[in-house]
Amino acid sequence: MEEIINVSGRAVPHIYPHLEIWGTPIALYLFFGGLAAGLLFFSSFFYLKGKADTMPMTVKVAPIIAPIIIILGLMLLLYDLHHVLYFWQLFLHFRIESPMSWGAWTLSIIMIPAILWPLSYLDDIIEYLKENKPKCKMIGLFSWANNLIKNLPLIPKVLDIFTKNRAAVAYVTIGLSIALGVYTGILLSAFNARPLWNTAILGPLFLTSGVSTAAALLMWMSNDHKERTLYSKIDLILIAIELFFIVHMFMGFLSSGIAQVEAAQLLLGGPYTVFFWVLVVGMGLVLPAILEIMELRGYHIPIAIPAFLILMGGLLFRFIMVYAGQASGFHIL
Amino acid sequence: MRYAMAMDTRKCVGCSDCVVACQTENNVPLGYCRDWIVEAVKGTYPDTVQMHFKSERCMHCENTPCVRTCPTGASHVIDGGIVKVTHDECIGCGACIESCPYDARYVHPEGYVDKCTFCDHRLEQGLNTACVDVCPTSCLIFGDLDDPKSDVSKILQEKDWYVLAPEAGTNPQLYFLK
Ligand code: SF4
Ligand code: SF4
Repeated sequence: MEEIINVSGRAVPHIYPHLEIWGTPIALYLFFGGLAAGLLFFSSFFYLKGKADTMPMTVKVAPIIAPIIIILGLMLLLYDLHHVLYFWQLFLHFRIESPMSWGAWTLSIIMIPAILWPLSYLDDIIEYLKENKPKCKMIGLFSWANNLIKNLPLIPKVLDIFTKNRAAVAYVTIGLSIALGVYTGILLSAFNARPLWNTAILGPLFLTSGVSTAAALLMWMSNDHKERTLYSKIDLILIAIELFFIVHMFMGFLSSGIAQVEAAQLLLGGPYTVFFWVLVVGMGLVLPAILEIMELRGYHIPIAIPAFLILMGGLLFRFIMVYAGQASGFHIL
Repeated sequence: MRYAMAMDTRKCVGCSDCVVACQTENNVPLGYCRDWIVEAVKGTYPDTVQMHFKSERCMHCENTPCVRTCPTGASHVIDGGIVKVTHDECIGCGACIESCPYDARYVHPEGYVDKCTFCDHRLEQGLNTACVDVCPTSCLIFGDLDDPKSDVSKILQEKDWYVLAPEAGTNPQLYFLK
């Protein structure tokens, strides 16, 4: 048998292991980005549908999570920068070809509605919590924040203008949230050198996955039966779309060049197979779908279970894609 | 002007002089390198075993994914198609590392990303790159592809050559002579 043994002088401890440069922080960053995108999308969407009073959790309360996780995501991104003291260079340039640049700007812009939206609803949030979760420790904090804001100069005025133009803001936020959700996929798909990432379907796939994690969280947090059923149905549709995209992703790879085929094989028999099919597809998509169908058919299933599974599935999906993608590449030796 | 390098895999003895010359010339920190040797052994023992060496570095590709994905513009192309990184614009995000099919970049211990510069500081003075000058078997040939009389143009006309992973589509400018 013909054998080829390659030894690269680049395989030194300071270099090769570090070329797999993205890890946990980036996976979490993508997860939080997708989740925030979904939360903002639903709040704006249902606000425009006139559901502010019938779906207060979606429109008013849950959006408070969005700015928190966006900030968390940005902090993770900063933590991941190796030359972090120069991070401001990100905001001195806008580079149209660089997804990283798009992401930094989209996140910064979306921060504005993401912060103002829940602030303008603080009264309603406090009221909602008092009614539904009177023991919640956050009530005190929110009331304190609310009083503080009301006594600050300028901010009440800004919030006033914001409230008056909420419909316009909602339209813009819907656009931004879709951009953010797609971006979490594009960030990876822009790398030709990592064949597993280099597929245009990753943008829509990550958007769908992000929105479905948000739907799961909303389903979990809501205590209104109708709202829950609605998200159950939304989740079912989104899971179906995700499965459809996943099948197409593999079809694309398998009909492509050797590097793409090998990339797909990482998940089809290779080291990430069990993780991907059992944890992401099985536990994160199919099982919660079955549970939700049973729930809709009238079986009693604690809503936390499918919701948790979907959230975990979304998180693990990002981890696997980040790591497996970096294990894919071209033959360069 | 289009700088390129040819590398004669038949002449290279794998002495790593090019690696050390680069480390010295460019103050590459200990334990890191901008160029490196790849040793390939092929065949069935004991009859047809062949071995050859390649000296590799950034390929200064014509189509540069590393420059495209850089969010700050730190990675850029200068005259002659040389791909460089401006250290104090680099935020160390790693996007360029992810986009290089040849793993040609590394993170400098100070945090920015670093790579081969084709010794542009030496080219300015009319010198060759440090690796080319030091190679004891003269297996590295450097020059301007736009000039048909340059050494590199001539040798690429005369000999058979290949590039690594052409399917990655970056049009690399480091040519290996067969
Ligand atoms: S070899 Fe890598 S770093 Fe060098 S120009 Fe090509 S893609 Fe960029
Ligand atoms: S690590 Fe530096 S050079 Fe590379 S893409 Fe990020 S900012 Fe640009």
